[in-house]
Amino acid sequence: MGYPHKSHPRETPILSKHFGDPDARTLEGWKARGGYKALQQALHMEPTAIQDILKASGLRGRGGAGFPTGLKWSFMKLGDGKQHYLCCNADESEPGTFKDREIMRWTPHALIEGVAVGAHAIGADTAYIYIRGEFTEPIRVMEQALAEARAAGIIGNNAMGSGKKVDVWVHKGAGAYICGEETALMNSLEGKRGNPRIKPPFPAVSGLFGKPTTINNVETLAAVPHILNNGAEWYKAMCLSSPKSTGSKLFSVCGNVQRPGNYEVVMGFSFKEFLYDLCGGPLPGRKFKALIPGGSSVPTITIEEAEQVKMDYEGFLEFGTMLGSGGVIIFDDAQSMPRQLARLARFYAHESCAQCTQCREGTAWMTKILERIVAGQGTFEDLDTIFELSESMTGKTICVLSDSCGAPVVSGIKKFRGEFEALIKGKRSSTVAVGA
Amino acid sequence: MSHGPSAPAQGHGHTHGHHEAYEPVFTPGSARLKELQDVIARYPEKMAALLPALWMVQQERGWISPEAMTEVAAQLGLTAAYVKGVVTFYTMYHQHPVGKHFIQVCTTSPCLCAGADKVVDAFLEHTGCKELGLTSPDGKYTVIEVECLGACGFATPVQINEDYVENVTPEKVPEILSSLK
Repeated sequence: MGYPHKSHPRETPILSKHFGDPDARTLEGWKARGGYKALQQALHMEPTAIQDILKASGLRGRGGAGFPTGLKWSFMKLGDGKQHYLCCNADESEPGTFKDREIMRWTPHALIEGVAVGAHAIGADTAYIYIRGEFTEPIRVMEQALAEARAAGIIGNNAMGSGKKVDVWVHKGAGAYICGEETALMNSLEGKRGNPRIKPPFPAVSGLFGKPTTINNVETLAAVPHILNNGAEWYKAMCLSSPKSTGSKLFSVCGNVQRPGNYEVVMGFSFKEFLYDLCGGPLPGRKFKALIPGGSSVPTITIEEAEQVKMDYEGFLEFGTMLGSGGVIIFDDAQSMPRQLARLARFYAHESCAQCTQCREGTAWMTKILERIVAGQGTFEDLDTIFELSESMTGKTICVLSDSCGAPVVSGIKKFRGEFEALIKGKRSSTVAVGA
Repeated sequence: MSHGPSAPAQGHGHTHGHHEAYEPVFTPGSARLKELQDVIARYPEKMAALLPALWMVQQERGWISPEAMTEVAAQLGLTAAYVKGVVTFYTMYHQHPVGKHFIQVCTTSPCLCAGADKVVDAFLEHTGCKELGLTSPDGKYTVIEVECLGACGFATPVQINEDYVENVTPEKVPEILSSLK
């Protein structure tokens, strides 16, 4: 559903079917919509049987990395006598991404059900939903839904009368983009600074409180009950291009576009049709120019490239970018790319946890150079420096925040070099004047 | 832009609290102490209740003073220095008193496309805040820029204390301010 707009006939609303419907927020309303059937069934299944269904469905992580969910769950060693944990990553902070917020605001029980199924499938009796601190409304809605579910015996010491314990708690963050990185999230939950941890050990071996842990994104977990209810084959059949990308995906659309919002389409959907038909195309009198299609951490592409993309993990890769979180940021021909990318670099400089030198210094330096260019004081050497800098910021740090700063910037300079050169030569290009 | 983005709240123009003696939040028999104990029970380690405990303090006192850090440390068996290390990592904990209405304008790229910088200017103008991070002389407002609020489809989102106001334009700013109590 194109929330806040009406659903488009070409959408496949599964996760977003009830966005905007307050009745779906209540336990009763959710049950009337088929809720908690999957959990009831799952609690009487062997965890490995649930993992097998997920593997067969082809579901891949919706937080950005696209790792196969069933496979991730199978890394948890069942019956090892250790406490296991599930963490739901609801620290949605990737610029351009606002899908998890809507899932939590409108269908909190869908997430609780997915979390409870996931916990059972990895042998965990406790799950934490880590929600970014700014999301006060989603936190309120989730807390209320959890209280309802607890009072009704759906979660707790005897979940749905199964004799199994499944506890689910909300943990509120306090403002830090980096806590969306899974090991930083665990540190934050433990009451520490949100610094990412060196891997290995991987979370499935030593995660939250040093115990085997799985971390899944909100959208991933919300899809799980649908897969159990309708079967792996049903999910797998939702595929318009690469067989490695299955199911429906929520794309958040923002920037210079007629109808920003969330749209749910089948994997492999035509990006051209998506942009011009579903999202309504550019604003009157304007043209699309550039896109960062998977949240701000992926490479920038031109509209000409975007028009050829099939919207799945492989389709975006083919054009040198990534599906990422599905947060599509659109820039039109009135936007200055140097100015936009300088602002993005500043975001990463602000959010660096500062553990690694390459990131702490690199993101700040890159921001400084870009802002200098925007101010008309840049040199041609500055562009080369940015390329070199990006090299030293990529693949060399504990987490990928530093890589993420370079990705949209370097590709943006390569594809829109003329705009940077115009600023360096002291000529104000027509696009720079607008809004500068 | 004429102002530096992402400036933290500076705590200039304090209007409440911090010269008075610190009043503990987790006193014996208090509802907050009970709440803290309930939260601690959710985790295998007491320290995991640190972020929740800091939130409780901020809700009660408006900011997290050094005395508050000491109180929280004592409750959770930590040192005040450790607690300070955590407080300073996260942007949402106020280390100084802020205005009654704490206004955070998202200015990250998608919102910049929508003209968020003009929204910032409008808030500064209509609140009487001289610059980002400073509290207005009447103590009512503090305005800062914030990094991505995760509501990019509703640009420009502005968070005022707990609540989001979406699709804010410079023209709407006076009306938004007059609706605040």
